[in-house]
Amino acid sequence: MIRLEKRPQPSQAWSLATPLVAVLATMIAGGLLFAALGKDPVEAIRPIFWEPLFGEFAFYYRPQLLVKGAPLVLIAIGLSLGFKAGIWNIGAEGQYIMGALFGAGVGLAFYPLEAWYIFPLMVIAGGFGGWLWASIPAYLKTRFGTNEILVSLMLVYVAEQFLASMSLGLMKNPEGFGFPGSRNLQQYDSAHNAELIAGSGMHWGVVAALIAVIFAYVLLNRHMVGYHIRLTGEAPRAARFAGFNPTRLILFCLGTSGMLAGLAGMFEVSGPSGQVSIDFNVGYGFTAIIVAFLGRLHPVGILLAGGLMALTYIGGDIAQSNLHLPSSAIQVFQGMLLFFLLAFDLLTNFRISLGKPEVA
Amino acid sequence: MKLTNLMTSAAVALGLATAALAEDPTKVGFVYVGPVGDGGWTYEHDQGRKAVVAEFGDKVETVYVENVAEGPDAERVITQMALQGADLIFTTSFGYMDPTNNVAAKFPKVKFEHATGYKRNTDNVSTYSARFYEGRAVQGTIAGHMTESNIIGYIGSYPIPEVVRGINSAYIHAKKVNPDVEFKIVWAFTWFDPAKEADAAKVLIEQGADVILQHTDSTAPQAAAQAAGNVITFGQASDMAEYGPKPRVSSIIDDWAPYYIARTKAVMDGTWTSTDTWDGIGAGMVGIGEISDAVPAEVKAEALAIKASLADGSYHAFTGPINKQDGSAWLAAGETADDGTLAGMNFYVEGIDGDIPQ
Repeated sequence: MIRLEKRPQPSQAWSLATPLVAVLATMIAGGLLFAALGKDPVEAIRPIFWEPLFGEFAFYYRPQLLVKGAPLVLIAIGLSLGFKAGIWNIGAEGQYIMGALFGAGVGLAFYPLEAWYIFPLMVIAGGFGGWLWASIPAYLKTRFGTNEILVSLMLVYVAEQFLASMSLGLMKNPEGFGFPGSRNLQQYDSAHNAELIAGSGMHWGVVAALIAVIFAYVLLNRHMVGYHIRLTGEAPRAARFAGFNPTRLILFCLGTSGMLAGLAGMFEVSGPSGQVSIDFNVGYGFTAIIVAFLGRLHPVGILLAGGLMALTYIGGDIAQSNLHLPSSAIQVFQGMLLFFLLAFDLLTNFRISLGKPEVA
Repeated sequence: MKLTNLMTSAAVALGLATAALAEDPTKVGFVYVGPVGDGGWTYEHDQGRKAVVAEFGDKVETVYVENVAEGPDAERVITQMALQGADLIFTTSFGYMDPTNNVAAKFPKVKFEHATGYKRNTDNVSTYSARFYEGRAVQGTIAGHMTESNIIGYIGSYPIPEVVRGINSAYIHAKKVNPDVEFKIVWAFTWFDPAKEADAAKVLIEQGADVILQHTDSTAPQAAAQAAGNVITFGQASDMAEYGPKPRVSSIIDDWAPYYIARTKAVMDGTWTSTDTWDGIGAGMVGIGEISDAVPAEVKAEALAIKASLADGSYHAFTGPINKQDGSAWLAAGETADDGTLAGMNFYVEGIDGDIPQ
């Protein structure tokens, strides 16, 4: 018979291999799905993974990978710090919205003044907005022992109401004929998070994401705070006995992840998106949770995982228009990726053994 | 080389390739905000696409992408269609306005058509929309006659001029036939979310509404009304005939097919120019779905008479005297609203309670 046997030590090899195995399994299962829909599976999967990178129009899609991947990586890096310590910030989507509102709010307040200091102020405001929003569940958890999963998630819906209110009221474009949505920051030079090199997709948000990766790597491997985070996650009791201050750790992890999510929102609203509108948020805060786990909560892993997710989004849209695949089939395909990852993850901590269990 | 140049040269190269193959079909792209199976807004646009295919057969090739988020994703999908050689691209949601114009500036040879917007930054962009408020006038007439509780529930999507216009038009005509009528308005802040729409309908029914009007795209309010019994509804964007003869007693149907066929033909003939189209019942862009037998014959006749007068232009849905909500005069007796005011309408008419969310 087949049994699962707990490994004495988590397997290093499987830990690295599971993302690759999961991607392969997704391709196979996805191929079967597409075949069931009457498409050639190879022809359907090729545009998703190949076309954006090496296809005829890759010169356009490659920069788009950066645009799509940067907010995912930036948010996921922040989330991974908390996740490692067992602190679950599920509300990055709300922090992303608040960061965008604070950042855009500062920019719009200065309109039409052109000055070099406007954009840096917006960056600070964006980070502050996200930090503030994440500090609510952090404070409630440390003060009253509330569950940060619930509080941070609920605050997403509060943030969405703020977003709608701002789009329809305070931040509405006075020259917009009564339609909701703010002025387009792309047309306001001092507030525009423009591409650093035209056509490269490289904007300040991409730079920030790369800095965050390096920062997180150093923090986790070379810094005392990183050690606290890892120890708290792996052995909470030991961490307590060692005299670590859990309150400070909660405030740090939630605050940092909120700040990074807020920055992601600010870079998005002032760059690729351009305006505060009711439908500004498209789920980056939730997708980043998948990215964090797909990247094994490791900074470099997250960087790669963010790229992979961006690839499936961009490739998915290509597959839709070229092959007439329904968008729900693409979503199922993305869902499979997480499903297989979690399923194969089991092999990191367990091994499959055949035969009867030995009597201890 | 700048991306813009690169794209232009790519577009030019594709243009040359197209010219070389005279037999090459005209490629038409559609970008949808919802799923094609929403039974409402996106469904009708996709019916329009199918009509184009049926009309031109092998001479056209259509592509579409559904569930495209407004913002950078839309811009990428539109660019992708343009890169892959589309000759004409319809973008079918208000939020695609800036992305459409951005992409249009980079692809001067491709024609773009944006639904419900007002920006035409370059001369390869057209805008089009339908005078849905004419349909609301017919709907309001039926609703005013049919309500027994004198409470009409209205599910608004977003408080934008198009939706406010619909509320005002429905209210004016309901009030005309039933002076005691009262409107209760719930804002769903979504175009398509069956769960939210069903909740909104239930709340309105609990507050005593026995007629539900909706400006959202799913059939969930119809189902909620059916479950509650004794409540009537109207199909929105699509006929929603499967809920007839009751609760669905009639509908406003968006019929994009004639427009899409005409515009595709114009591209084939080389006669396409940038225009702003705002058509109503007369041009066939707004259809009134079959009025069911649940409506008494004399009410049906009155509704059809209004429809006919709107279609031939003898009657305008906003004809004075009409005051604004705060009591100030808007239209004098016999005066009709101008398109500019209608396009940016951000006030309720006198008699409607509540505020437009700000």
